Amino acid sequence: MTTVPRRRAWPSALILIAGLAVVVVWALGTGPFPLPWQQAINVLLSPSTLSPAEHSVLFTLRLPRVLAALVVGSGLAVAGCVFQAVLRNPLADPGFIGVSGGAAVAAAACLAGLGQLAALPVAPQLLVSLAALAGGIGSAVLVIRIARVDGQTQAVTLLLAGLAINALAGGLLGLIAYTANDPTLRAITLWLFGSLARAGWPELVIGAPAIVIGIILLWRLTPSLNALLLGDAEAGHLGVDVRRLRIVAIGLAVLCTAIAVALAGIIGFVGLMVPHMLRLWIGPDHRRLLPLSALGGALLLAIADTMARAVVQPAEIPVGIVCALLGAPFFLGLLLRDRRLPELV
Amino acid sequence: MLRAERAGLTRNGQRILDAIDLSFMPGQLHAIFGPNGAGKSSLLRLLSAEWACSSGRVTLDDKPLSAWSSAALAQRRALLPQQHGLSFPFLAHEVVALGRLHARRGTVTRERQIVDAALEACGMTRLASRSYAELSGGERARVQLARVLAQIWEPSDAPRYLLLDEPTAHLDLAFQHACLGLARRWAQAGVGVIAVLHDPNLVLAYADHVSVIADGHPIAGGAPRGVITPDLMQQLYGLQAEALHDTRDAPWLAIRAAASAECRHAQNHQ
Repeated sequence: MTTVPRRRAWPSALILIAGLAVVVVWALGTGPFPLPWQQAINVLLSPSTLSPAEHSVLFTLRLPRVLAALVVGSGLAVAGCVFQAVLRNPLADPGFIGVSGGAAVAAAACLAGLGQLAALPVAPQLLVSLAALAGGIGSAVLVIRIARVDGQTQAVTLLLAGLAINALAGGLLGLIAYTANDPTLRAITLWLFGSLARAGWPELVIGAPAIVIGIILLWRLTPSLNALLLGDAEAGHLGVDVRRLRIVAIGLAVLCTAIAVALAGIIGFVGLMVPHMLRLWIGPDHRRLLPLSALGGALLLAIADTMARAVVQPAEIPVGIVCALLGAPFFLGLLLRDRRLPELV
Repeated sequence: MLRAERAGLTRNGQRILDAIDLSFMPGQLHAIFGPNGAGKSSLLRLLSAEWACSSGRVTLDDKPLSAWSSAALAQRRALLPQQHGLSFPFLAHEVVALGRLHARRGTVTRERQIVDAALEACGMTRLASRSYAELSGGERARVQLARVLAQIWEPSDAPRYLLLDEPTAHLDLAFQHACLGLARRWAQAGVGVIAVLHDPNLVLAYADHVSVIADGHPIAGGAPRGVITPDLMQQLYGLQAEALHDTRDAPWLAIRAAASAECRHAQNHQ
């Protein structure tokens, strides 16, 4: 038998924050119009030294994009962390309860519909985002309603209902894609792979504060989430109002996921893997795991997005693909290293 | 005082407990004894407010449990469950610390002292930094007991209650006795201990009071000496038993090995 190492949370948080600072500077300097890193730092401190062209690239294109990567990444990772706790399943993912599936169908339907409508009162991108938000929340509510028996949310039923809704979403998505014309199909495909290119200031101004508030509210629930891991009855004996905790935690996590999907499309892996990797690193205590997941998710998505832009300049690879290509081998490496630890056996 | 007042329970149309009237005194070890499926665990669930009564009520300090907030109740009573699953990689001492969620928290040092003391009381100090998943069934049971003790570790003005659902189920013989010895000491310190037990000799050795439950209602109650008798063994389980007394005149029951016909009886019985 071995004693399990427990790394301290604060040094880990500082490492992640330092990593974030480096990645943000790297991301701001990367693109078809490169800025050396010293200049990128200078620019952040005193923006007035820029030419109008540089100013426009940096403040209308790159800065919102980096911020979007940070919020979307942290929102997805925190939502994953919370779903894993509420479902008491370390392999749960925000996609499991149908949020991404519903959002994808709504967005695809919206894109296909847009192709047929010439003039629209709202900016089409915002419309697609709103459709995704509504679709994501709608399908999650449906799944949760199905899983509620006598006022109690059944974890297994929730997972099964989510699986069924995702399968249905996959079918509908296929149907929409199959009947779509070529430009629409391309737009749908791009959306399904996830991209941060769409997120501009208007979306961010609404989405970012919502995700940040969601994360802070979820952080306050973490002592109760820890107790919930012992079981519903045990958490109740410890003084947790389990019913209310489930509703609030799932609701906030669904909101974070739906906003993230509305901003950036479907980005897998982050919600499942980030909390899982950090749990191997600092242990399962949610008081530390949840804030570190926020930092880790932000870091992972910012790195993935910058690579997505840096590798094939001036074009870019959808960030969802980069996330999977980067994250899966890294996760497998961790698994190979730690597979003898008792928690993985 | 914790009291069941004509507390009944019906679930999915099935009557599980019939108008139970029982009082649980602080400072006593109160055993609940009876065959499988008699409703013992259900009674414990009513007493801990995990389930609501279908009829009648359970009161603590003359106030129905439904009127208590779950956080306030958590400071007054703790329940050791039968199952000890946990699918996340906590260490043993972290599991014990979970018990402190709604306790009146002290300083960080004091909290650590309580966790350490609870682990020590259950003989788990040596394994405190082990992963819970790595522990044997009996060791997990002891960690859970330490968590439950930590929850109500510090004395309060009002009496505390410790509810134990088959606390000896996963334990070896030495720890069965260590566990009930611990429960006795807590009872002597003024805590009301309610324990579901299956071993008549543990009831005889440790309990102040026993309630026998069969088929959803109490059929006998009182001091264990007068209740746990060969006749009761025959009535409840169809087993032949002989009452013996050791050198210190402590009673115990010797159970005769069941013949095949009696095994059938036990099957019918269940």
